[in-house]
Amino acid sequence: MELLYELDEEKRLFRRTVRDFSEQVIRPQVDHLWETGEFPYDIVRKMGELGIMGIPWPEEYGGAGGDYLAYAIAVEELARVDGSCAITVEAHISLGSSPFYYYGSEEQKREWLVPLAQGKMLASFGLTEPEAGSDAQNTQTRAELKNGEWVINGTKCFITNPGTEMSGVVTITAVTGVRPSGKKEISNIYVPKGTPGYNISPKYKKMGWHASDTRELNFEDCRVPEGNLIGNRGDGFKQFLDCLDGGRIAIAALAVGTAQGAFEESVKYAKERVQFRRPIASFQAIQFKLADMATDIELARTLTYKAAAMRDAKVPHTKEASMAKLFASEMCMRATTQAVQIFGGYGYMDEYPVSRYFRDAKILEIGEGTSEVQRMVIARELGLR
Amino acid sequence: MKMVVCVKRVPDTAESEVHIDASGKDIDKSRLSFGINECDNYAVEEAIQIKERLGEGTVTVISLGDKDSDEVIRMALAKGGDEAIRLEDEAFKGGDGLAVAKALAAAIKGLEYDIVFTGALADDDGYGVVPAALGELLGVPHATYVKKVEILEPGKRAKVGRELEGGLLEFLEIDLPCVLGIQTGINEPRYASFKGIKQAAKKEIAIKSAADLGLDASEVGEAGSWAVLEQFTPPVVGEMAEILEGEPDETAAKLAAILKEKGLV
Ligand SMILES: Cc1cc2nc3c(=O)[nH]c(=O)nc-3n(C[C@H](O)[C@H](O)[C@H](O)COP(=O)(O)OP(=O)(O)OC[C@H]3O[C@@H](n4cnc5c(N)ncnc54)[C@H](O)[C@@H]3O)c2cc1C
Ligand SMILES: Cc1cc2nc3c(=O)[nH]c(=O)nc-3n(C[C@H](O)[C@H](O)[C@H](O)COP(=O)(O)OP(=O)(O)OC[C@H]3O[C@@H](n4cnc5c(N)ncnc54)[C@H](O)[C@@H]3O)c2cc1C
Repeated sequence: MELLYELDEEKRLFRRTVRDFSEQVIRPQVDHLWETGEFPYDIVRKMGELGIMGIPWPEEYGGAGGDYLAYAIAVEELARVDGSCAITVEAHISLGSSPFYYYGSEEQKREWLVPLAQGKMLASFGLTEPEAGSDAQNTQTRAELKNGEWVINGTKCFITNPGTEMSGVVTITAVTGVRPSGKKEISNIYVPKGTPGYNISPKYKKMGWHASDTRELNFEDCRVPEGNLIGNRGDGFKQFLDCLDGGRIAIAALAVGTAQGAFEESVKYAKERVQFRRPIASFQAIQFKLADMATDIELARTLTYKAAAMRDAKVPHTKEASMAKLFASEMCMRATTQAVQIFGGYGYMDEYPVSRYFRDAKILEIGEGTSEVQRMVIARELGLR
Repeated sequence: MKMVVCVKRVPDTAESEVHIDASGKDIDKSRLSFGINECDNYAVEEAIQIKERLGEGTVTVISLGDKDSDEVIRMALAKGGDEAIRLEDEAFKGGDGLAVAKALAAAIKGLEYDIVFTGALADDDGYGVVPAALGELLGVPHATYVKKVEILEPGKRAKVGRELEGGLLEFLEIDLPCVLGIQTGINEPRYASFKGIKQAAKKEIAIKSAADLGLDASEVGEAGSWAVLEQFTPPVVGEMAEILEGEPDETAAKLAAILKEKGLV
């Protein structure tokens, strides 16, 4: 990989497009989305037309034929303006669509990946359960093969994107048997929305990401054809670990964008806010905060792009993806905390954008593997047992 | 219909502080971001929409500028432009609107065209000269501040609405070929799709020097300009200016009194 001090022209143009779109189309709606929690249908449809909902997938499957780095840049630019829009795209691509692209049969790709990549349908990925969070292998959901059908029973919690009018399919991990070693055999099976026995709960009320669709899913004797298995039976755990490598890079990008948005607001405010008859930006205490934020963001961005470029180059990147996710999410929490600090009492008020960035930041240290889990992954990659 | 769109890369100064550089003849651009001139973005969109409406035609994008202008050109290609030319020469430097129009006219003369689009005004120097000068140099009719274009007969005639004060539109029929200076708000510029950007990356941008266009260095750039920039100065607070101080309601009352006294309201 070349040293990335500047992106190539194609990526620069793409960044400009997503930035213009975020500023002109998303920005005017951000307050409304935050207050009402309404799902941004018009924004998501327009993103589909621009190719954003399928950036990394090949054109023959309805995608834009871009790479993972371009995708990371798009998520970063969206998050700079609105975290809910960014996570909707992230969960759709990295989690919902990935299993179809990486492990789906040709037929499954044609049927599902194409409309997903075109942004005509939204996808979700159901891994987390009440008993299986960080300990994702502790899946309790079962799928039994009976008369050529999987009969699914279980509960998934905190699932992104399943309940909108555009949602079409969820891929879940389920226990499909016992291995000779006595361990659980976990497989990935997709369930179309509307399948009898697939129940979707109302939206959770969340600290942040108000306009993102997060719900609990319930499967009660839910039957889908045997052919809804994705990839090989028993490969479910391996598959989602790989999808998560990609997802973590995108979450890192989301953290970089969120921090960048908060940083820009802070610089603007610090230059305008006068106390002690001077703009607070003239106080070294504030300057140092901004200098630290800028440095942190630059480091996180560099690491994120490196991990994305490694994924594009198809070299092992589990460690780098985890490092990017860990560092970027924790730096985002620091940066947004300082942003609120720079805004003083105003930063604590709902109508100021930094309070939204601050609340959007926390989940980044939790979703797709908590910071603790990232440190466990990195330590394992370092050969520590 | 063959259409040509002239685009310019300009610094984005809306949200940044602007400082005059050491030469005194330019602003410090080192911290500014750049993009397409706002009117030009609408001009690109108008040409592409006409092509789409008629179901035929080509859009050639032209820019005078150094390599950095490629980004602006490619974005126009990504949105639906077909071909691109960039005019680059040391001799083009320091030109006023007329000198720029001379270079553009020389490039456009060699092309078949029905409509040449430009922006009505550049965000950076704001001369607003290029569309009219270009029309004169090409010997074709021209209209500026155009906010509506209707093709009456492809290749023959168009009806255009010009924006006058207070949002009034003046409609006129114009023979083609012609030059139209496009005003913002005429349409809703699209965003380039990811696929469009990828395709644009493969298109060639033809580079033309003054010599390629048959122009002598004395005709273009600073040498070929009627107006030469001498110096930028920030506006000084003159003796005529009176700064009103005090609480908002006091200053408002003072201002109202002055306006009344001078018979302005
Ligand atoms: C808004 C939102 C969207 C989400 N979207 C999705 C989605 O689309 N699909 C999906 O499958 N899931 C999704 N999740 C779930 C998310 O991935 C989990 O919340 C996350 O993995 C943590 O699991 P948990 O909440 O059960 O926490 P727990 O696993 O219960 O963790 C609690 C705490 O214990 C720590 N901990 C646990 N085990 C260890 C250990 N061995 N060593 C040290 N510390 C440990 C954790 O780090 C954490 O601090 C989403 C969550 C949220 C909040
Ligand atoms: C929920 C809530 C309840 C409140 N309740 C009350 C109340 O009951 N009564 C009351 O009177 N007030 C109350 N306040 C106001 C609170 O005390 C102020 O918000 C606080 O003092 C900070 O002032 P500020 O918000 O104007 O921030 P600013 O003073 O504008 O500070 C902005 C940033 O600049 C920094 N800064 C400012 N000056 C300097 C300097 N010289 N050097 C370095 N850094 C500097 C600050 O540390 C901060 O990081 C409340 C505020 C909130 C949010």
